[in-house]
Amino acid sequence: MSNLLDLLVAGLATGAIYAIVAVGFTLLWQTSQTINFAQGEFVMLPAFLMLAAMHAGVPFWLAIIFGILLSMLLLGLGFKMLLVDPMLRHGVLPLAIATMALAIGIKEAVKQFFSAEASPFPSIVPAGDISVFGRLVSLQSLGVLALAISAVVALTLLLNRTSLGHQMQAAAQNPTVARIIGVPVERMILLTFLINAFLVALASLLITPIYLAKFSSGEVLGQAAFIAAIVGGFNQVRGAIAGGLLIGVVDNLAAAYVSTQYRAAVPMLLLIVIILFRPQGLLGRPEERTV
Amino acid sequence: MSAATKKYLRIAFGLAVIAALIFVPMNFNRYGLFILSQWAVMTIAAMGLNLTLGYAGQVSLAQGAFVGIGAYTAAIMTTQGLPLIGALGVSIVLCFAIGWLLGYPALRVQHHYLAFVTLAFSTLAFLVFRNEDWLTKGIYGISNIPRPHLFGFATNKPLPFYYVCLGSLGIVSLAVWWLIRSPWGRAFVALRENPIRALSLGIDTRRYTLMAFAIGSALGGVAGTLYAPLTQYIDPVPFNLSLSLDLLMMVIVGGSGFYFGPFLGAMIAVLLPEWLRFTQGYYLMLYALAVILLLIYSPTGILGILDRYLTERRTKAASALREVAKPKLETAA
Amino acid sequence: MKSKIIAGLMLAALSGGAAFAQGAPIKIADVAELSGGGATVGNNWKNGIDLAVEEVNAKGGVLGRKLEVSHADSQSNPGIARAQVQKALDGEPYVLLGPGYSGSVKVTAPLAAEAEITQIMGGEAAELTQGGNKYLFRTSFGQQSSMPKVAKYINDELKAKSVAIVWVNNDFGKGGRDVITKEFAKYNIKVAADLSTEAGQADFAADVSKIKAAAPDAVFVYVNEEESARMLKELKRQGVTAPLIGETTLVGQKVVELAGDAANGARGHVGLTTDAPVDLVKAFREKFVKKYNYVPDHNGIKGYLAIYMVKAATEKMGKVDPKGVANALHGLTIKAAQEPGILMDVTFDEKGDIDRQGFLVEIVDGKQVIKQVLPKLN
Repeated sequence: MSNLLDLLVAGLATGAIYAIVAVGFTLLWQTSQTINFAQGEFVMLPAFLMLAAMHAGVPFWLAIIFGILLSMLLLGLGFKMLLVDPMLRHGVLPLAIATMALAIGIKEAVKQFFSAEASPFPSIVPAGDISVFGRLVSLQSLGVLALAISAVVALTLLLNRTSLGHQMQAAAQNPTVARIIGVPVERMILLTFLINAFLVALASLLITPIYLAKFSSGEVLGQAAFIAAIVGGFNQVRGAIAGGLLIGVVDNLAAAYVSTQYRAAVPMLLLIVIILFRPQGLLGRPEERTV
Repeated sequence: MSAATKKYLRIAFGLAVIAALIFVPMNFNRYGLFILSQWAVMTIAAMGLNLTLGYAGQVSLAQGAFVGIGAYTAAIMTTQGLPLIGALGVSIVLCFAIGWLLGYPALRVQHHYLAFVTLAFSTLAFLVFRNEDWLTKGIYGISNIPRPHLFGFATNKPLPFYYVCLGSLGIVSLAVWWLIRSPWGRAFVALRENPIRALSLGIDTRRYTLMAFAIGSALGGVAGTLYAPLTQYIDPVPFNLSLSLDLLMMVIVGGSGFYFGPFLGAMIAVLLPEWLRFTQGYYLMLYALAVILLLIYSPTGILGILDRYLTERRTKAASALREVAKPKLETAA
Repeated sequence: MKSKIIAGLMLAALSGGAAFAQGAPIKIADVAELSGGGATVGNNWKNGIDLAVEEVNAKGGVLGRKLEVSHADSQSNPGIARAQVQKALDGEPYVLLGPGYSGSVKVTAPLAAEAEITQIMGGEAAELTQGGNKYLFRTSFGQQSSMPKVAKYINDELKAKSVAIVWVNNDFGKGGRDVITKEFAKYNIKVAADLSTEAGQADFAADVSKIKAAAPDAVFVYVNEEESARMLKELKRQGVTAPLIGETTLVGQKVVELAGDAANGARGHVGLTTDAPVDLVKAFREKFVKKYNYVPDHNGIKGYLAIYMVKAATEKMGKVDPKGVANALHGLTIKAAQEPGILMDVTFDEKGDIDRQGFLVEIVDGKQVIKQVLPKLN
């Protein structure tokens, strides 16, 4: 029993990491039908921007601000204007492929201009463990979980309680009507890209001390987050959190009780089962479109 | 230029390309032949995916896994002394059946769920390749995969084996050409263009979609059957999700739904990085950039550019004709 | 008379050719994992090679000729490795270096052997040098020579009767796991838990809880440096007290850096390490850090040694003869006193395996402490 508790707590900690990456995934999908295969690399890159600033002699706190701002500029504004805008009206797939190429480009650029080595990254959450239900859990993991939950709470509040949020939702659900009633649709879409960039930068800050700053660390994250987003229901921010946590826990339980060699298979089987019995995902809404 | 001359020109161009593919590589070195063989193999896999995606409108993220299944079938059977042609048959049947089984439940629910199910299948297939040592030799891989004897000729030298790959590509190309002109192929396109109308016309959309996916997957198996004797060693790593994504990229970049799209897409994916290698550490970065720029310029792929150009010329020609015809009509009136 | 003129002309042509060859650089081809899953391995290897070539050339090259290395990326994919090796061999190099992944070595070694070009590679799988290939050489201990030392230590010093094995599921991890499992069988040591992990895995809670449940006398950890660090942290968090034994990848400086306190007490066999208490190795490490700004892992040393192996073999032959390199290396002993670039005395046997000094170390207060020096066999 105590063993099970260990696994649950550890699984939630890892799941929170997937969740926070998955949130941005669903945001972009909701507002602009963008499947971002580079989402994992988007999480990997800000840490390197911060490291680069620190190598230039900038203090850590300033490097964080620099990293976040530059991410919003590159991964928010730049990504939307240079890649998404010209391709969006040509359907989901060409854009998804372009983000795949972007993922390769980002990885290679970091490897070439920075290093192929993993670099340690300072943690803003103090290193160390804290006792939860008598289990030792690292403070870093709790920090990630806290961020994931507050991101969702803040986003939900923003979307449901503010007029800006209502405009964003309108822009996402029916751009044509939204435009007619005077919602600045373009600006709302841009806003979601900026929010996504801000989130990935924040995630980068929290995750990198655990995953280390390495050019390839986005691969595992991006794929896990993609699956978490599908499991949770692609169109719900809450769903992404649920999906992420579930994948994290299931992965751990699978490794402990099924087989370490096949641990990655169990979340996949879960995915197939969910598609068969609850195709809109755990917390998703059924989509109106059939194709 | 009359329509007939145009047709002859096109045929002449086609023959020239085929002749070039046969004769030019004769004095290539081993590396050049290997790369060209790789191009032929990848083209076959991409043609399969193009059938699924370009003609039937279904996204499959498991084409790489089907290549893997084909490769393992060939590797296991030929290292046991069985002929490659037998392995080819087994691969085709196996991939077709698995494709059918995968697609059946996915397409029951909703169309784009095939993408998700195939994504999961990709990972599962990789894990089986890696973990089932007794069958696949696991992470160590299978080495010393023999190249076949065809009609009494040994093909273990690079040039003969290149002709095996090229010949297979030729046969597959003809088969696909026939297929998309058959009633089946027209049904595939009908249900991509307008599934609801296709349904109302009495086309069993699910069966045809499934068929397109299963046939596309079987072509993945064909490619795999050639891949194993080409590299003569396989391990699970090349058949992970990234191969499926690469193949998807080839189809989109070449021009999804265009017959010649996969040929060009595979050329970009296999040959472009090789051409860019002179830039040393920058080659993959430049490759990624080239793909992005190409897709921004023409989201419908390389053949999309050509298509756009031809349509423009046709409209221009038509409006020119109208211009000429207008005064005549007016005077007639 | 006529024949004399012709002979004279021929002589002139020959000497002219020789003079030309004298000045021309010696071409060496490297094919390595510069991108993809093995990028860290491949880039360390490449950097080590570049550093050594720079040094050799600065001192006048080999037999008066400069070395010129071309690097090609295998993308960590055996199929692409094969294409690149084919390309390299078509260019008729003096020696072929790499690849580092055992699978890629397996697919390329027959090609190099057919071309009679010596291949100096980074792979550690036991079987690579057991196929009778006369042109294939290691730069480090194969697993067939390092694992028995670890097993012996676990049996003799720790007196362990049951061991949990944690390995990374790639050819490196699986290879080590398979060899040591056989060794354990010889000592009648029971494998209490046999756990495969993924490269890049971040969460080891499930694996460690399985170890805890198995309650072994010792834990053998054979995963890459980054995962070793995460594993050590989790072992400490869940309070596993059994001794932890590993290889270079468990007790390297990098692991200590990443794992902090959790690394204390970890022990292991180390063949090539920048932490070795050898002056030449320390000097190498300084040079490497100065040039590349990070501390290399053992793959960096391997690449560096490969170039000095070529140099020593060529100087032994006294001429630049691609077909002779393999012969010159078989049975060759290179002494660090004569060739400082080789860092430690080394001998190559008939199979292309190496014999060199090794160390058993333990991490004490964040520092590697040498517990035992395992001497060179002959």
